[in-house]
Amino acid sequence: MSLEERRVWTYAAVTLVVSAVYAAVILARVAAGPVADVDYVRPMLLAIGAALVLNMVVGPHGRERRDERDAEIYRHGEHIGFYVLAAVAAAALVLTLAQFAHFWIANTLYLAFVLNALTSSAVKISAYRRGF
Amino acid sequence: MAKRTRVTNSIRSLRFASGEMTQADLAERIGVTRQTVIAIEQGRYSPSLEVAFQIARVFGTPLEEVFQYPDAPDGDHA
Repeated sequence: MSLEERRVWTYAAVTLVVSAVYAAVILARVAAGPVADVDYVRPMLLAIGAALVLNMVVGPHGRERRDERDAEIYRHGEHIGFYVLAAVAAAALVLTLAQFAHFWIANTLYLAFVLNALTSSAVKISAYRRGF
Repeated sequence: MAKRTRVTNSIRSLRFASGEMTQADLAERIGVTRQTVIAIEQGRYSPSLEVAFQIARVFGTPLEEVFQYPDAPDGDHA
């Protein structure tokens, strides 16, 4: 497995774990009271920060450089992931226009980034494993 | 099941004919990772024209001896 492929696996795993922990924390708070009173800002910022730090710390390190296949697979994955990001971000726009609470808008945007990361990673892993 | 390109190649046999050159050696000489050489050999990745020419140059053979593009069974050349 190349360094770039290991990096994609790490990125997907970190995204999955951090977003699952965030979702568990938020769902517990939602169950405890009205959505308008839920403090989601600090957990969300912590989740974003934790994902960034974890990717830097547990991500593979090495001197192997990215080659043309890595670059093509990266572009392909990001291209597909963009459509997911755009679709869910459009949903967040609709929520904003409909004047939903910030809680829903912020979490929809967070979901957009999580789904973007997971989709692009899945596409890249498939390209590495099955061919491209 | 892995997606295979229609491009076939003779890299494996050319490596053995070139003093049992390893995939790592070939990768080093053309500036890609060993995994990319494996993917090319197995038909899971079609390299750029530039890398294809570099591979041919390593073996000192014309491009057509390294890579082949057979006609489709129905005669479709697209």
